[in-house]
Amino acid sequence: MRKKIRVLIAKPGLDGHDRGAKVVAKALRDAGMEVIYTGIRQTTEQIVNTAIQEDVDCLGLSILSGAHVKLFPEIVELLKKRGGEKILIFAGGIVPSEDIPELESIGISKIFGPGTSTQEIIDFIKTQIGADRKRR
Amino acid sequence: MSLIEKILQGDHKATAKLISKIEDEPTSTLKEIKVLEERIVPVHTLGITGPPGVGKSTLIARLIEHYREKNKKVGVLAIDPSSPFTGGALLGDRIRMQMPSPDEGVFIRSMATRGQLGGLSRATNNAIKVLSGWGADIVIVETVGAGQAEVEVMRVADTIVLVLSPGLGDDIQMMKAGILEIGDIFVINKIDQGETGHLERNLELVRPGREKEGWVPAIIKTIAIKGSGIDELYKKIEKHRKYLKNKK
Repeated sequence: MRKKIRVLIAKPGLDGHDRGAKVVAKALRDAGMEVIYTGIRQTTEQIVNTAIQEDVDCLGLSILSGAHVKLFPEIVELLKKRGGEKILIFAGGIVPSEDIPELESIGISKIFGPGTSTQEIIDFIKTQIGADRKRR
Repeated sequence: MSLIEKILQGDHKATAKLISKIEDEPTSTLKEIKVLEERIVPVHTLGITGPPGVGKSTLIARLIEHYREKNKKVGVLAIDPSSPFTGGALLGDRIRMQMPSPDEGVFIRSMATRGQLGGLSRATNNAIKVLSGWGADIVIVETVGAGQAEVEVMRVADTIVLVLSPGLGDDIQMMKAGILEIGDIFVINKIDQGETGHLERNLELVRPGREKEGWVPAIIKTIAIKGSGIDELYKKIEKHRKYLKNKK
């Protein structure tokens, strides 16, 4: 059987708006992926714990609060500590363009801003995970 | 160190990896399962089943808290359906089970049915063994939202809790064969959301059929979201565990 792509869609920090995260979760589901959604207001520890237990291939972070510069590096570090450094991380929400290079340099593979089509996200994940699996 | 050794030491990542392997390439894990079987004592497995939306996940969250207070390690397998069209799945049971901070003594895994009928996934049975190896004192299996014939859980669980809520069906529904026959414990959840007397009386009609086995399925009323009735449910589960032990 072909291995299923497993994705965790998570909302770190204190913003309570998850329409975007739900739209993405459903689009990925309809693209044949197994999507774990854990709801709003998650701590970085909760997100990393879920990612490890669920053995996900990728982690999508949705954030609108502006705390990405603080929270994203924390998640990257915690994942490394728990042996999850191979998990592909992408993000979406409101992230000013001047913050993107810094976040990409620590290991956030891609940040999707407002107006991104869900197909773009699906294609990105399938290409990245496909390439990653071939390398192994 | 081998994957199995790591699991036996309680490593979360190794446990998660073996469960994935069982889901993706089951035949490649037969050897590992065999090694595991030799090293473990079968863990008490609790099946939680019932229609969608009756509060199964919330009830499990409360039970996890209860077992953790008693310092028991808890494994949870939460099963949700895969799409018959795309094979994709939205696994949302964890939302209700989030703890304020991660706890080394709790391992929750969401699983998609991947085309398997009957309320479980094909990997469930072996995943229980993995959680047993990880050190679980109890494994809780949450079925997909079950209708009338999703009774596969009876093949993997020692104790089955059937969760219902007010407003479900009349006495003829209660007389039908299937899921109502497999409950060791009945829970009426959300008792603050409607009249329960009718459901309770109908459940009592279902019960007597199993008296000869020496166990009368209890009916317990809960409001899971407020934690009410959970202590009684916990005690009944433990009572059933002892009943099974004495029966052997």
